[in-house]
Parts: sequence; C-alpha cells; structure tokens
Amino acid sequence: MRRPRSAERLRDAATQAVVLAGALALAAWFVGNTLDNLSERGIASGFGFLDSTAGFSIIFTLIDYSELSTYGRAFLVGLLNTLLVSAVGIVAATILGVLVGVARLSTNWLVARLATVYVETFRNIPLLLQIFFWYFAVLGAMPQPRASLSLFGVMFLNNRGLFVPKPLLTPGFWIASALLAAGTAAAVLLWRRARVRGVATRARAIFCLALALIPAAAAALIGEPVTGWSLPHLAGFSFEGGAVLIPEFVGLVLGLSLYTGAYIAENVRSGILAVDKGQRESAAALGLSRGQILRLVILPQAMRVIVPPLTSHYLSLTKNSSLAAAIGYPELVSVFAGTVLNQTGQAVEVIAITMAVYLSISLVIAGAMNLYNRRVARIGDER
Amino acid sequence: MRRLPSLFLIAVAGLAVTAMPAVAQKTLEAAKGRGHILCGVSQGLPGFSNPDAKGNWSGFDVDFCKAVAAAALGGADKVRFQPLSAKERFTALQSGEIDVLSRNTTWTLSRDTALGLDFAGISYHDGQGFMVHKKIGVKSAKDLNGATVCSNAGTTTELNVADYFRSHGMKYKLVTFEKSDDAFAAYVKGRCDVYTTDQSGLYAQRIRLDDPDDHLILPEIISKEPLGPATRQGDDGWSDIVRWTLFALINAEELGITAANAAQLKAESTNPEVRRLLGSEGDLGKNLGLDGDWALRAIQAVGNYGEVFERNLGSGSPLKIARNVNALWSKGGILYAPPAR
Repeated sequence: MRRPRSAERLRDAATQAVVLAGALALAAWFVGNTLDNLSERGIASGFGFLDSTAGFSIIFTLIDYSELSTYGRAFLVGLLNTLLVSAVGIVAATILGVLVGVARLSTNWLVARLATVYVETFRNIPLLLQIFFWYFAVLGAMPQPRASLSLFGVMFLNNRGLFVPKPLLTPGFWIASALLAAGTAAAVLLWRRARVRGVATRARAIFCLALALIPAAAAALIGEPVTGWSLPHLAGFSFEGGAVLIPEFVGLVLGLSLYTGAYIAENVRSGILAVDKGQRESAAALGLSRGQILRLVILPQAMRVIVPPLTSHYLSLTKNSSLAAAIGYPELVSVFAGTVLNQTGQAVEVIAITMAVYLSISLVIAGAMNLYNRRVARIGDER
Repeated sequence: MRRLPSLFLIAVAGLAVTAMPAVAQKTLEAAKGRGHILCGVSQGLPGFSNPDAKGNWSGFDVDFCKAVAAAALGGADKVRFQPLSAKERFTALQSGEIDVLSRNTTWTLSRDTALGLDFAGISYHDGQGFMVHKKIGVKSAKDLNGATVCSNAGTTTELNVADYFRSHGMKYKLVTFEKSDDAFAAYVKGRCDVYTTDQSGLYAQRIRLDDPDDHLILPEIISKEPLGPATRQGDDGWSDIVRWTLFALINAEELGITAANAAQLKAESTNPEVRRLLGSEGDLGKNLGLDGDWALRAIQAVGNYGEVFERNLGSGSPLKIARNVNALWSKGGILYAPPAR
C-alpha cells in the first residue's frame, strides 16, 4: 500500500501548488490592473505620500504633532489614539461586565433586576446612537469654560474637557520609572519563588518591597524627576497649559464600554451558570464565605467558558472604536482613512494600510487572549 | 454601526477600480444605456442639495445635474442622486459610481491632477468664513486667538483653518466631524467657540437654528473656494458636455433667456448668439455629440443661472444670499462664461 499513498500525496501537493499559483496570479493581476487603471485615470499611486506635509491639525495627540508633520506622523497619531481608546474601553467594559454579570445572579431582587435592565437596554440600542447620546449628553451637562467646575483651583471641568496639571518631566523621571518597573518585576519574581518554596517569611517580604522601591526612590532623589507642573489656567476662550481629556474621548469610552459591557455581563453570567452547582455547595460545606466561593471556586472555573467569547467582544470593541469619526475623536479611521484619504485621494493605499492595521490589532488581541485561555483552560480541555 | 460598512464601501469601490476593464467606457453611452445619469450630491445642505421628506432632491447643485440630464438625455428627471460624505465623494467618482460630482466641491490643483478629476468650471464662487455666538463678543476673525473650532473632516476647510491661524500667529484647537450636521450640533452645544465652513454653508446652517440672530458670521473670508461640478479624467467628451451645460446656463442669463421664454426665443429671436445657443442656427450641439436642442432643454428644465441661483440660494429661498461676486461680469460680479460659438 506504499505506492498509492505516495501517489496520493503527490497529487495532493500538486493540487495545492496549482491552487496557490492561481491565487498568486489572481493577486498579481489585481495589483497590476489596479496600477494600470490608476495611472490611466491620472490618479497618483504609491506610498510616497506618507512623507508629505499633512497641513492639518489634530485635537488630541499622544505624540508631538503639528501642521508641519507628515501624513505618516498623522497615521501614527491616529493609530495611538485608536489603541488608547480601545485599551481603556476594554478595561472599563471588562470591569463593568464582570460586576453586572455577577449582579444579574444576585439573590437581591433589586440588584438582579437593575442589572437585567442595564443589559437589555444597552445591548439593544445601536452603538452609534449610544455614542451620540453620551457625547451630546456629556457636552450638554458640562458648563462653559468661564463657568468651569474647579477642584482646588488646579483641576477644571467644562465642555472643552477635563483640564489637569501636567508634570514637566526630565530624563530622571524615565530612569526612575524604569528602575521602579524593573525592581517591581524582580520583587514579584522573588516573592513567588519564595512562596513556592514555602519560605515566604515577613523578612523576605520586606526585602522584596525594598528591592522594588529603594533603587527607584534613590534615582528619583538624585535625578529630580519632575522639575515643575504645568497648571491649566483660563486664557482667552478656554484653558491653556496642563493636560486635557477631551469630551470626545469620554463620550466614546462611555459608549463603547457600556455597550460591550452589557455583552460581557451576559457572557460572565453564562460562564458562572456553567459551573456545576455541586461546586458551590461543596465550597459552602467547607465553610468558605460567599465572596471566597465566588473568587476562589466559581470564577476560576467560569473563566474557561468566559474567555473564548470574551476575545470576540474585545475585537468588536476595538473595531467599533472607528465609529469615533462621527463625534470627532481623532482615531485611525477619522484621521487616516478620513482626512488623509481625502487630502491625498489615494484611497487604495490608505484603505489597504487601515485594513492591515485593524487586522494586526485583532490578531494581537486574539493571540494574547488565546495564550490566556490556555492558562485558564482545564488540563483535560487543552488540545 | 455605520462606520465600518462605509469603510467597506470604500474598499469595494477601490476593488471596483481594480476590477474595471482597462479602457473606460464612454460615460454618455453608459448613461444612455441605463436611461439616467448618476449625480453625486451632499448628504443634505440646504440650498445646494437637500432631500425633502419624500426623498425628492432640490437645490443649486441638484438643479445643475437636472440641467445636464436634460441636455444629455433629454429629460430633467433622467438623473439619480447619490448622497456622499465629503470623504466618499472622490472615490465614488473615480470608481464610476457616479458620472458627475455636483457637491459644493472646491476646485484645487491637487484634486484636478492627483485625484484624476476634471473640473467643469466654477458654478459658485465661495470663500471660507467663521460663525460665532454673539455673546462671546468677537467681531473679527483676528480676535479668535486660542479659540476652539468645529468643522467638517476631509475638506479644504481643515487646511485653510490651519493656514489662517498659523499665518496670523494665533493658537487654535480644531475638532473635526465626519458630517457637517454633527460638527454644527457640537458648535451649538458649546463644544466650540467657532463653526467654520464655506460662507454659503454658514448661511445654510444658520437658518436651521432656533435663534439665528444670536449668531454672527464674521466679515473675514479666509480662502478662495471656487465650487464646481467635476467629472472623471479621461472622458473628454463627457467633461465637455458637463462644462458647456454650465456655460449654457450662465450665457443664458447674459442673453436674457429664461425657462419661460426659451422656446419663444428659439423661434423668434434675431440675436445670432441666442440663435446659436438655442440651436436655431449652426450645429453646436453636434460638436458635443448631442442634438441641437441640448441647451434649450437644459434652460427649460431649470432656468438660466440667475433663476437657479435666486430660487435655491437667493431671494426666492430662505437663505437670501446676495449675488455679490457670483453676479455676471457685466453686472459687477466675476461670473463669466466663454461664448457658445
């Protein structure tokens, strides 16, 4: 039976090669034909535009950007804004979702009903409407700049955003931060090892704490990490100085996290219900408190059910952040696939880059969640 | 969930560019085959292109497309309108989703070249302006240092604001929205001190307010915004039809031809210019690949330029925009069309 099997294998390989060649030829034809058509119509093509001056301003940037920056820089600004709003949205939606999901199963009638009302309301209203609602609700509730709500005279809240003092950082700040991060990581590692070995004494805990804090504190003392503060102050039409959190960001985060939070809540509820009733009962019989049962017995087992669908909620939240264009939050679709596309007219290149970016972000999130899922999955469930 | 589908549409339109045969089909033949022309308009801008409750479009830009349909296909109703956002419009034209873009679009060098468009001419000489609430006490754009500005994304507006504030050494913050309606709503809610767009757009948006008199349109015009219809590059015959329909309407006003008297003038006029334009003398229509009555039909469908203007933007409309620079060159404006001969 050797011969037919190898012939079969050869045939399979040949088929695959033919299909692959066909797919590549089709792709090449698409690219070639596109370039032909673009040049025939006198439409510019290529990626050279990324180095040209953008000429427009962006209201909210995490990195330095001005009208004189390039389209490539504008792309980075948009990408970082997308990542920021997605990350904040994911964290907020997860916290909210877990709390509401647990609350829906509460024995307290009022709590359970309220959670149900929340889930049913926010799941069943289109997200774009919710974002508009929150944006204009946030805007409408805030006072004009001159009537700002002030906190200790250094923080101000008005319809232009939340203005907070901003530290003026020196290189010393980053050195101290790096030392703090490294020290903390080392301390955590040592402490874990100590616990595994059963030598987690108080002295060792103090040693670990010192390891985490002292180098950073020393660096901070020598290096003067913060030379001063930039304080927001009323100047002309609005506040200047300090850092500002714009209402577009707040409206978008509210919309995204309340919407996705409702889905995650259902997801958490189903995960908890999937844990066998006997687990709860035996934990109670062992004398664990209700909080302990939830934290130590139920949730760890529920995670196996919760994590896979959670991944897709995270992915949708990230993709839904592109709705921001409607309310003027400058994320990737608004800045790059919006303004840059229109200024340059290079739709094919811009959309290709944008799609590649969303694909990459989604793959990274999915990859990370799969790693996490492997950790929480029961041994027997692993494949 | 509107954002991604529209992204998807652009992607599909992009694919349409890729999949199209290398030689573009003649636009006029295609329009004749389907029985109507496809006209790209705004998503709703009073005076220029605005749908009513029944979905019937009206406005200055809409009337122009009706005139083209009347000239090219013989009926003002032989046109379908496609509402487009500022950022969808060029891709829609490039990919053949529309035949003519009549959507308060500014003629600029880069759009004329790198985007593969042909501008037929200037149908409205506009300029960008600023609107503020009277209570902030600003009388001039030079007082706007530090102001927050709301505007529409993906337009020349964004670039003009950047240029203006930079050249005057003033600071500003710009919040841009995909739809001008949302930008305006944010201005009304107090997100911004200033709303900016073409001055015609400021007038159009202001009449929607409950308190239009509390808002001031500042005197400065910070840019030249020559608005006009555009076609795809590469089909010169079709571009000529669109261009000369515009010129026919302007020439008609100059010659005193109106929707009401066009047929009578065709039969009775002794003015050779009128006779040539209306097809009773010479064969200008044939040069365009149309019949002799092309201009007559266009004028009968919507009236001459002056009639279109007054009905949609001027005294006959709620906007009450004065002709100013958009008056004929012979009447103190800069509106000027080459002769039809």
